[in-house]
Amino acid sequence: MNPHLLDLGDGALTLEFGDRIDADLNARVIAARDALAAMHLDGISDLVPTWRSLTVHFDPLRLDRAALSARLLDAAQAAAQKSELATRWRIPVCFGGEAGPDLAQVAQATGRSEADVVDAVCASDLRVFLIGFLPGFPYLGELPAWLHLPRRATPRTAVPANSLAIAGAQAAIYPWQSPGGWHLLGQTPVRLFDVDNAARPALLAPGDSVRFRAVDQDEFQHLANAIATGKCGRGDWLEP
Amino acid sequence: MIDVVDCPLPATFQDAGRPGYRHLGVPLSGALDPEWLAIANALVGNPPHTVALEMRLLGPRLRVRESITIALAGEFSARIKDASGQSRPAANWRSHTLAAGDLLQIGGLRSGIGYLAVHGGFDLPLVLGSRSTYARAGLGGIEGRALRTGDKVKVGAPQGLPSVAGATGIPAHLPQAPAVPSAPLRVIPGPQRDCFTDDAWQQFLGAEFTVSREADRMGLRLDGPRLAHTRGADIVSDGVTPGAIQVPGDGRPIVLLADCQTVGGYPKIATVIGADLPRLGHALPGQVLRFAAVTMAEALEARREAASALAATIAAIGAPGPALDLDALYSANLIDGVIDAN
Repeated sequence: MNPHLLDLGDGALTLEFGDRIDADLNARVIAARDALAAMHLDGISDLVPTWRSLTVHFDPLRLDRAALSARLLDAAQAAAQKSELATRWRIPVCFGGEAGPDLAQVAQATGRSEADVVDAVCASDLRVFLIGFLPGFPYLGELPAWLHLPRRATPRTAVPANSLAIAGAQAAIYPWQSPGGWHLLGQTPVRLFDVDNAARPALLAPGDSVRFRAVDQDEFQHLANAIATGKCGRGDWLEP
Repeated sequence: MIDVVDCPLPATFQDAGRPGYRHLGVPLSGALDPEWLAIANALVGNPPHTVALEMRLLGPRLRVRESITIALAGEFSARIKDASGQSRPAANWRSHTLAAGDLLQIGGLRSGIGYLAVHGGFDLPLVLGSRSTYARAGLGGIEGRALRTGDKVKVGAPQGLPSVAGATGIPAHLPQAPAVPSAPLRVIPGPQRDCFTDDAWQQFLGAEFTVSREADRMGLRLDGPRLAHTRGADIVSDGVTPGAIQVPGDGRPIVLLADCQTVGGYPKIATVIGADLPRLGHALPGQVLRFAAVTMAEALEARREAASALAATIAAIGAPGPALDLDALYSANLIDGVIDAN
């Protein structure tokens, strides 16, 4: 599929690269986002990269739609960056127990042990495909095929904030308490969204990579205290 | 300072919202009707996007601790009760100067939504560039939540032009209340128009849809004919925007509003044009909506017309003649039957 434009009303345009979940497509989306941002066009309010497309929100009374369309198709030709350039994160997670009430069920449904599930999730080098659904909510992929499970038949009305959850090929962390139908494997003490950091409120960005590190309850509590008292900051979650 | 004596239904503080953060999953938010927000602010001498209180169905009762100038944009039946217990109607679409100790009883709302603006705005923290409340993530407003009984809200320092009323004691008023048109909502075919049969598209444009009980600042779920997809109802999520009309597997359209998520996984059959978004925000459960397709050129022309109409409305705000100064008449006790002994 060649990159093409879709009308999202009169105040937004979507540059679509494809209709699949695919790391190469996503890398092209992010490259186009970077190329368009570098053009500094007046009248654009938001550039929203998704799995497979880039949505541009703009004021059509300030920025001519035809001119923007041409620039977007130019930006679509930008070469995708090598993934080595993205930020690599290592996020501590306490698996199972109250923090991960679905771990046992996931192990049972996949015919593996709980330790196998934890090992597989921690061994996965996950790409941040997009941030959406809730402020700071990262869609991560892709998990090994044997871990792909449909969503829960009955979604929970309240998934606790900081839960690590999986569904299909995807993993995510809920930065906020919210309804949700994914399987809860654990919790991280790391804050994924910080409104006081106006320059970069979301910890993760599309194109970053994430690996999880299993910690026990004691270490989880120790890290949570260190975060609460400011002894731990964002730099502590970078891949060593 | 304003004391919230009671707040029976959720009301939220809203300004122009949070553009620039949607790539982080932060919804745009902001006033459902930015035009009425601008009018309410103009009536009290504020810049158009100053934060105001957005109300639906029923407004709170507020007691002011110091003299302030307020205006209500919407079809309210508000009253002002002074410290001696005398009560007078607070007409809509004009400013009122309240004295310390006055009780503002905003009451029922006949329009879908309405706004309370105060001269100087409400003194609330800026969160990611906006004071708009987005309760799902605890952003903006008072502690990230809707207004409630017992809250205390500070009034901000005036930033814009001096209020006509604030500077001179003469109220500002809008000669004619703005109308909310009942014509069909104009739409542009959506990014996934091709996910729907031609029959579904004709049904969408020809039928009447009723706003269901599932209606809030995120969106309106509509009842009407079920719209058939050509190939399933799931797409890989892509960008959405207020006004986008998603159709999930059950064929019932959802019109997205200001607090909508930034991406969505249902095909979008159409998008309501920017010029018609403000009146979408007034839609209440039970209301009938119809849609009409327009071209992109027509949508842009409608935007220009809406912008100049709003500018003309704001320019028409002036001081009413002495005979229209109801506040003065009521407070001078010249009209029988308006004194509330309670």
